[in-house]
Amino acid sequence: MSDVFALAGQNLASPIILSFVLGFGAALARSDLSVPEAVAKALSLYLLFAIGFKGGAGVAEHGVHSVLVMSMLAGAILSAGIPLIAFTLLRAISRLDRVNAAAVAAHYGSISIVTFVAATSVLATKGIQAEGFMVAVAAVMETPAIFVGLLLAAHASATVQTTAGGRNGLDKDLIREVALNGSIVILVGSFVIGWITGPAGLAEIDPFIGAPFKGVLTLFLLDMGLVAGRGMRQGMRHLSPSVVIFGLVMPLIGAALGTATGMALGLSAGGVALFATLSGSASYIAVPAAMRVALPAAEPSIYLTLSLAITFPFNLILGIPIYVAVATALTGG
Amino acid sequence: METHAAKRIEIIIEAPMQTRLTRVLEEAGAPGYTVLPVFGGFGRSGSWSREGQVSRAAGMVAVICIVAPEKAEPLLEAAYRVLERQIGIVSITDCEVVRKERF
Repeated sequence: MSDVFALAGQNLASPIILSFVLGFGAALARSDLSVPEAVAKALSLYLLFAIGFKGGAGVAEHGVHSVLVMSMLAGAILSAGIPLIAFTLLRAISRLDRVNAAAVAAHYGSISIVTFVAATSVLATKGIQAEGFMVAVAAVMETPAIFVGLLLAAHASATVQTTAGGRNGLDKDLIREVALNGSIVILVGSFVIGWITGPAGLAEIDPFIGAPFKGVLTLFLLDMGLVAGRGMRQGMRHLSPSVVIFGLVMPLIGAALGTATGMALGLSAGGVALFATLSGSASYIAVPAAMRVALPAAEPSIYLTLSLAITFPFNLILGIPIYVAVATALTGG
Repeated sequence: METHAAKRIEIIIEAPMQTRLTRVLEEAGAPGYTVLPVFGGFGRSGSWSREGQVSRAAGMVAVICIVAPEKAEPLLEAAYRVLERQIGIVSITDCEVVRKERF
């Protein structure tokens, strides 16, 4: 337990977290501080490219094992299974209707890639190795939850029906948009490039994707703090106390499942911690867009505020240190 | 200069629905349209601002389509199939255009 507090303390005092807190506080205080949209987009592209490339290079260096395929399969199962737990829990503890509960559940089955990037940074700082293929697991975990969430909602109303024109609902356009959203394409694409070019390729561009990584992540999290703070300021009134409690408890449930899965697969301490982080995080990019198209009856002020303003800060500040400490203790690494 | 009567259809819609809307407009015979960014607003679903959006999921866009009066009704019917269940505003105003054949 003391390890958890020590790591949480170190994490809190890092430039990355303090920048996030700065942004969060500035937004709550209604400061006009902002990061231009195009700059934030460029920062996120850089981070996703760097993390994908390093993951691919890591796989090239250490080889492909059956555990890679098993991990991706386990990730897909977790992504599909976690919404069922989230949905049941939400319906039990809150007054959210079925459609909104299903939409929220889909967010918690999917993943937050920024939380994943932050976790890899914490692991790197601690000198803890992780399997490079966790990048691929992250990509796989993004979408199954969306379909499970829509199926859960379909029982409640006709809001998921595809219209005669096939324009709304769960149509092929939505499936394509979700599967090929920009974050996934650059993450998987850079992973494949890193895999193909290997350590030699990594050495070529390491000055670009290595040393500046933490600085860029720090600036990006300043922006994420601003976004999360504004989300909290605008959306908190839409969240009941029980829903807020869900936003703090569900990451721990998801992370426990991710930890158990990582342990069962025999992953390293870093791999287990990243599996926990992915399972404990909630989407606020791909899933909200999919929900607006396929489930417009669900309230974005509920699911977006919950994942972005409650669960994301929780994971960033407390969740990741807990997941890393638990994974380290369990694996002995 | 001679001008001609036309209808200006302005649709403010959630960004994720943009391509679905513009496609049905094209299929319904829209001679053209313009997509504009929307910076923020307030309405039944609360207030929002483009600033600080982490993705386009919660953002809005404005689609403006100017057509000859007789084309307005079929375009609106087509657009409504997309807009029916979404957050958004549809307005139609009379306007004048210079080059009639383009609309």
